Amino acid sequence: MTLLFYISSFVAIIATLLAITRYHPVHALLYLVASFLAAAMIFLSLGSPFIAVLEVIVYAGAIIVLFIFVVMMLNLGKDTAFREKNWLQPKIWIGPSLLVLVLLAELIVLLIKGIDAPMEITVVDPRKVSLSLFGGYIIALEMIGFLLMAGIVGAAHIGKQKAKTLHRFLQEEAT
Amino acid sequence: MNHVNAHTVLIVAAVLFVLGLIGTLTRKNVIFMLISVEVMLNAAGLAFVAAGAKWQQPDGQVMFLFILAMAAAEVSIGLALVLQIQHQNKTLDVGDLRALRDEDINE
Repeated sequence: MTLLFYISSFVAIIATLLAITRYHPVHALLYLVASFLAAAMIFLSLGSPFIAVLEVIVYAGAIIVLFIFVVMMLNLGKDTAFREKNWLQPKIWIGPSLLVLVLLAELIVLLIKGIDAPMEITVVDPRKVSLSLFGGYIIALEMIGFLLMAGIVGAAHIGKQKAKTLHRFLQEEAT
Repeated sequence: MNHVNAHTVLIVAAVLFVLGLIGTLTRKNVIFMLISVEVMLNAAGLAFVAAGAKWQQPDGQVMFLFILAMAAAEVSIGLALVLQIQHQNKTLDVGDLRALRDEDINE
C-alpha cells in the first residue's frame, strides 16, 4: 500500500503540473483526468475505497464531462491554444509562481519539523461513513442538498441565452 | 516502510494545492482558471481524507463528500457563467471583462 501511495502521488503531481501548463484546453482536461484518477488511487491507498469510487465517478466522470461539453460548445481549438501560448510568457507566470513556491517551502518545512506521525492504514468502509453522514452530520447533509438545489437553479438561470439588450444610456456609451 | 507518514500525505496535498493556485494566478482564460480551482478543491479534500485516515474516523470522508458536492455546484455555476461570458463578450480573457471597472481608472 505504501508503494501504491508513492507512485500514485508522483503521477498526480506530474499530471497536475502538465494540466496547468497546457495551451490546448482538451489536453489540459485529459491530464486533469489522469490527475483525478491518480488522486483516486491515493484515496484507495489511504484506506477510503468509497471516496476513491466517488472521485472517479464525480470528478473524473461528471465534472470533466461538463468541462468537455463546454469546450465543445465554445469551439475552442487551435486559435485558443495559440492565444494561450502568447499569454503564457515567462515574465507573466514567474512572479506569482516564485511567491507561491516560497509559501510552499515554508509549509513543507513546517510539516517536516513537526512530530513524527506514522499512519495505521485501516480501511474505513462505506458503512461507517454513511452511519456518520446520516447520524451526526444530517444537518450538514441537508444544507448540502440546499446548496445543490441552488446550484441547479442558478445554473439554469444564468445559462439561459438572453438577447443582449442594453439600456439606452449604455447603448449610447457603447457606440 | 509499511506505514505512510502523515506528513507525506499532507505535503502531497500542499503541492497539489499550490499547483492549482499557480494555475489560477497565472492563467488568463476562464476555463483554465476553473480547472485550477478544481485542482485546489481536490487537494483540500485529499488533506481531509488524510486526516480522517490518520485517526481512522469517517469524518474526513464525510467532509470530502461535502467538498465534492460543493465542487459540483461550483463548476456548474462557473461553466454557465463561462457560456454567458463567451456569448456576451465573444472572449474568455478575464482581462477583457471590464464592465464593472471604475470610470476614473479607465481614463
